[in-house]
Amino acid sequence: MYTFTKNIKIFSLSLIILGALGLGYGFYTAPNSVEEAKAMVSNSHGLEEKNDSHDNNKDHAISEDLHELNSHSLEEVSHDEHLLNQLQNRPWAALYVAALFFMMLALGTLAFYAIQRAAQAGWSPILFRVMEGITAYLLPGTLIILIILILSSMHLNHLFVWMDPEVVEHDKLLQGKSGYLNSPFLLGRAIFYILGWNLYRYFSRKFSLAQDKSNDISNHKKNFKISAGFLAFFIVTESMMSWDWIMSVDPHWFSTLFGWYVFASMMVSAITTIALVTIYLKSKGYLEKANHNHIHDLAKFMFGFSVFWAYLWFSQFMLIWYANFPEEVTYFITRIEDYNLPFFGMIALNFIFPLLLLMNSDYKRVNWFIVTTGIIILIGHYIDVFNMIMPATVGDQWFIGIPEISGILFFAGLFIYIVFNGISKASLEPSGDPLFKESEKFVY
Amino acid sequence: MSEKILHAVYDDDDKLIEAVKEIRTSKYSIEEIYTPFPVHGLDKAMGLEPTKLGILSFIYGCIGFGFSIFMMNYIMIVDWPQNIGGKPSFSYLENMPSFVPIMFELTVFFSAHLMVITFYLRSKLWPFKEAENPIPETTDDKFLIEIKFNGDGKALKAVIKKTDALKIKVIENKESK
Repeated sequence: MYTFTKNIKIFSLSLIILGALGLGYGFYTAPNSVEEAKAMVSNSHGLEEKNDSHDNNKDHAISEDLHELNSHSLEEVSHDEHLLNQLQNRPWAALYVAALFFMMLALGTLAFYAIQRAAQAGWSPILFRVMEGITAYLLPGTLIILIILILSSMHLNHLFVWMDPEVVEHDKLLQGKSGYLNSPFLLGRAIFYILGWNLYRYFSRKFSLAQDKSNDISNHKKNFKISAGFLAFFIVTESMMSWDWIMSVDPHWFSTLFGWYVFASMMVSAITTIALVTIYLKSKGYLEKANHNHIHDLAKFMFGFSVFWAYLWFSQFMLIWYANFPEEVTYFITRIEDYNLPFFGMIALNFIFPLLLLMNSDYKRVNWFIVTTGIIILIGHYIDVFNMIMPATVGDQWFIGIPEISGILFFAGLFIYIVFNGISKASLEPSGDPLFKESEKFVY
Repeated sequence: MSEKILHAVYDDDDKLIEAVKEIRTSKYSIEEIYTPFPVHGLDKAMGLEPTKLGILSFIYGCIGFGFSIFMMNYIMIVDWPQNIGGKPSFSYLENMPSFVPIMFELTVFFSAHLMVITFYLRSKLWPFKEAENPIPETTDDKFLIEIKFNGDGKALKAVIKKTDALKIKVIENKESK
């Protein structure tokens, strides 16, 4: 039985406070008017403009000619307003990216847990209580997302451009999509997914705890059945969730494998989290029955899903790059032009590092190796979510600064608090599980 | 020579592993084990050195990866630049995404084929080679341990009897099997 230590409590609460302060600072310093926004941009870009001013001289000359033609052009006004929206979006987007990332850690763990249950896997029951602890974050995590979505639909931010009736009015494509992309339907769907996931998590945890005390395996069987049902529900709702909550920030663009891509990212970060929490608990002397054989299996999944993620990333990229349709390729052009470092850097972090570090079978049993790779993977997949949300909401005004880091700190603190609190609620060994013995004896 | 060979036959892989551990703790050296399928953990129980095939497969994969880059650069950029879908035909780097599937396939191809060839060479296998297993049942459902020993082997037999062996057979001369 794990006890929720004071150190972790203080650590996570201080992370939450630090993060909340930083996010507050982000919201406080966001510009309120077009003038402020313009002043902010000219301040921060002063140096850059000096450097490439001679390249842009020609463009400036041309654009100034155009400006003289229709002296006070509408375009300029709308451009400035766009800039204001982007800068106002930045703290919101920082909050949203971090909220999504940590919610997906819990959701991915829940899916991984359900796979273990439905497959009746023999190696993993020893880690069930760790996974159940991590999924304790699912309810608060999904509710925070729901609140952000409700605030967006109340026009408190501009994360989703299609929620703005003025934009839809002038956009034929968005009018065509308005049957699906409208605020009431989006919120209804969100509530539907969140309810389904959390109901599974509630009952699965309940049966799992009841199994410890019962003499027969009826609870195990029930868990098997609801897990199989949940997986069918999950793969549909996960895909739709990624369209609704992530892909729709770029409402013109679409990709048919986007759900899978988000799934791969979610799974690899979730399995990494399971491995890190397990190693942490072991280092504190808990979970003595989990040994390097179980860690080895988790590391294999980390390796495998990293490659799977890269495969999907590349499949999506190459088809769009090769076909070169204007409406599709804009997605990658903004990322390559404005987000060059995070976009290509994440491939190194998420694919090349795990591929080389975890390829050797012996390294998958060395804890510090897995922790190092795990931290790289988590950073890489945060940047992945960052790259999904930021280009459409903040555009070229991005920076990983105080709001972004504070967002991570805030949700990391919340995550650590809830997860370790959840782990301390029950015995770390699901001793009643019929597969527990097999898991204990598991070799390789 | 008084060196003789003992065959102990088992009908279960768990019994086999237990027996291997028993024989090794009694300081007898196991010559060879024949099994109908790869038995999990047998290599560790026998104390075999870890295989180096994995490192070789990485090297073979790197060869394939390098070869694919050389090949596509020569075919598509140097020898006969082709304009496909308006992609720049003069730069390998800018065309690289379309070559990634080929890089991947050749990496796998080289790694897999060279590994199989290495495995055949290493375990001295070739087409029409005569089978080495002493009894044909080891390709069906029996497991056989081959142990070399000196003297009359009473002590060894006692050790084997302790394990759950199905049958024990002593062969005087290896050639007369």
